[in-house]
Amino acid sequence: MDITAFKFKRFAVPGVLLLILIALATLPIYAAGYTPTLMTTIFMYIILTVSWVIFSGPTGYISLAPAAFFGVGIYTMAVLGKDLPLLVIVVIGGLISFILALLVGAVTLRLRGIYFTIFTFGLLLFIQYLLLFWEFTVTKTRGRFVVLESTTTIYYVIFGILVATLLTAYFIRRSKFGLALQSIGENEEAAAHMGVNVTMVKIITFAISAFFMGAVGAVMATKWTYIDPGIAFNMLYSFMPVLMAIFGGIGPLYGPVIGAAIFAYLQEVLITRFPYYYMLLFGTILIVTILYLPSGLIGLIPKLWRRRSGGQHADT
Amino acid sequence: MQILEGEGVTKYFGGLAAVSKVDFYVAEGEVVGLIGPNGAGKTTLFNLISGALPLKSGVIKFKGEKISGLKPHQICRMGVARTFQSVKVFGNMPVFQNVLLGSLFGTPSAMSSTDAAKEAAGLLEFVGLSAVKMTPARDLTLANQKRVEVARALATKPELLLLDELMAGLNPTETAETMELVTRIRDKGITVFMIEHVMKAIMGVCDRIIVLHHGEKIAEGTPKEIATSKTVIEVYLGE
Repeated sequence: MDITAFKFKRFAVPGVLLLILIALATLPIYAAGYTPTLMTTIFMYIILTVSWVIFSGPTGYISLAPAAFFGVGIYTMAVLGKDLPLLVIVVIGGLISFILALLVGAVTLRLRGIYFTIFTFGLLLFIQYLLLFWEFTVTKTRGRFVVLESTTTIYYVIFGILVATLLTAYFIRRSKFGLALQSIGENEEAAAHMGVNVTMVKIITFAISAFFMGAVGAVMATKWTYIDPGIAFNMLYSFMPVLMAIFGGIGPLYGPVIGAAIFAYLQEVLITRFPYYYMLLFGTILIVTILYLPSGLIGLIPKLWRRRSGGQHADT
Repeated sequence: MQILEGEGVTKYFGGLAAVSKVDFYVAEGEVVGLIGPNGAGKTTLFNLISGALPLKSGVIKFKGEKISGLKPHQICRMGVARTFQSVKVFGNMPVFQNVLLGSLFGTPSAMSSTDAAKEAAGLLEFVGLSAVKMTPARDLTLANQKRVEVARALATKPELLLLDELMAGLNPTETAETMELVTRIRDKGITVFMIEHVMKAIMGVCDRIIVLHHGEKIAEGTPKEIATSKTVIEVYLGE
């Protein structure tokens, strides 16, 4: 009896994950029209949220730079779109974001707490307005047109980035690198005195998270056809990952995934059903979650489990 | 052989000389005590040795090599480990993980993760914390959190261990146990440099004592010499 339960547990999680993976990989075949488009948006938010959590989750350094790296990816596509294949540009967009994050990280990661947060937000505005200035004075344009890609292509590329992001997040978490990140969040000074090269660990992780943000930006650009600095560097893409991560719960990895998926889906539903007060409903949901579920949606799971099993497995 | 030496070590906080032209040494295998009234600059001196703070002038050498100017993680990997006066355990991480981090990152030569885990388990046994191995460090008593810090420092395989007020805030039984722990660390062949206010402890375990006052070294000698030194008595009790 115990052995079957053990075997079941051991195979259930990878089994379910595999089924989900297959279902999502074949989605464009059986579900046409709106569904792949909706899923693309959801995937985009999951990628942004999970890559934000890779760095900010364990270290507690709240970054508001996601939109900056996302926008860099978008502009990479807008500039190179006509000349290079899609996948190459996605990688280039990721790499440019990666390098930008290395440079920015080297300068700013000595800042702590709110100072770091404000700097990252400043970085976003700085890049946005620098680009706007450049476009006005040098190229004499406001926005740019981006090459179109088919919905299915976009879907598969984003799906690929999603899988890569999740695997990276998973393996970082399980590695000794993940332990070092966690120790930095707990007590940076002590971590440094235990032999952790804190500056290096922080900068590299910050850059890895920026890579995925840039890559997803590059693909999303092809979906929007027209972009300008205001669209590409929309600060919403900085705040959303933070909100989604908190909404889902930052503890285990599935927290931000669930948070981003539900949040993004809600946004799509509310915006189509209630175009005038969707923001109001959205805000209400967020406030209720934070008030009653301080550890996010995943905080519900143990509560529900206890109720269902009638307190048989009361903890302690 | 002198494992640690400092020449003219100086540190200012604004206009205040926290540590001023201090010369000191610690010989291999010794237990050296560092004492002085509050604000004498003891912890600052430790921060200078471990690389937490930069020196204004002077030089600190470990095994003949200059370590002043290096980063804390580099100094740690060379073989200098420390504990903190106000405990800095990784509170949300299990005790075992606290110690594992030291053996994964702080050792002079890299270890495989199986060896590191074995090492960490052995050290928890050594400090007597095997029973609470999986407990988050923040749930431990102060005495046990200090033991986590010791185990964590030992996990980096140090040749020199800096203990910053290991016995402050402990009751008499815990103090006696901690004194015994310090002796066992010395018996492992690790040199100990310790800041302590508990006089009984420092007189009992130290081979030699250095006294700081207002950032300056005012006396140095065996526990007996220090206990009878006129300058030291004046500093502690007034003239």
